[in-house]
Amino acid sequence: MDERNFTFMFYGFVVAWLIPLLYVISLARRSGRLRKELDEVKQLFEDKQSPTRSKA
Amino acid sequence: MKTDKVIYGFAAVAAVWLAFNLYKIFLVLPDEAAQGAIYRIIFFHVPAAMTAFLGFFAAMVISVFYLASNDLKYDSLASSINEVSLVFACVNLITGSIWARIIWGIWWTWDYRLTSMLVCVLIYFGYLLLRRSVDEPTHRARLSAAVSIFGCVDIAIVWKSIEWFRNLHPGPVLSIRTGGGQMDPRMEAVLYSNIGPLLLIAVIFVLIRARQETTEREIDSLRRMVHAT
Repeated sequence: MDERNFTFMFYGFVVAWLIPLLYVISLARRSGRLRKELDEVKQLFEDKQSPTRSKA
Repeated sequence: MKTDKVIYGFAAVAAVWLAFNLYKIFLVLPDEAAQGAIYRIIFFHVPAAMTAFLGFFAAMVISVFYLASNDLKYDSLASSINEVSLVFACVNLITGSIWARIIWGIWWTWDYRLTSMLVCVLIYFGYLLLRRSVDEPTHRARLSAAVSIFGCVDIAIVWKSIEWFRNLHPGPVLSIRTGGGQMDPRMEAVLYSNIGPLLLIAVIFVLIRARQETTEREIDSLRRMVHAT
């Protein structure tokens, strides 16, 4: 392979992979946060339901 | 669970397809006489743009469906697709800038193609900011649909700018636009082939993002129920 401008080609390929990789990391973090939030809201919902049940 | 299987399946196909394309890009294809190794950026620069444009266009169609039906599922899907397409639009813009540094000696110029693509990226960044700033779901969905449809006008300008104006950016070279003769058919075949894995990766991202949107809606409805009780 012709090695002229190889460094800049390397930078280009790094960017082409780095941007989607950063997006994957942001997706993973968002998934974790949502899971935690869902658990908290579910817990809150169950806590609100249980006194009603005990009264009934 | 079913979505997980689809995601893993698509990821496996995309990985094999991409590995095969990379083998061809680095070890099989001939060098470009004038540019040296840097021309190989085209195999990600152009497919990333095609993936982004297809995504923006699909989101525009889905936004029209939303406006016709008022079903928030369409809004979630359109926003997922626009977000993922923006990732690929950024890949296109930055790889183009790196390529320009070698070929034109500058990182950036206010050429019609580059400027219209930058405007496109800014429109869809604005779209995501707009979604964060409006709380009411129906109002947010209607405004987002409008921006998504408006954004597609710029896609058409980006696409046609190299035909309408004389630019620093090269004119059309792909045979789908010129009828052939501008690019080595072996190089063009790999370029088209690389759209496949990038599209698959985009679909995987959209599936994950759309699932997150569903979870967000679930959290919202649970919150409303908690406040109601």
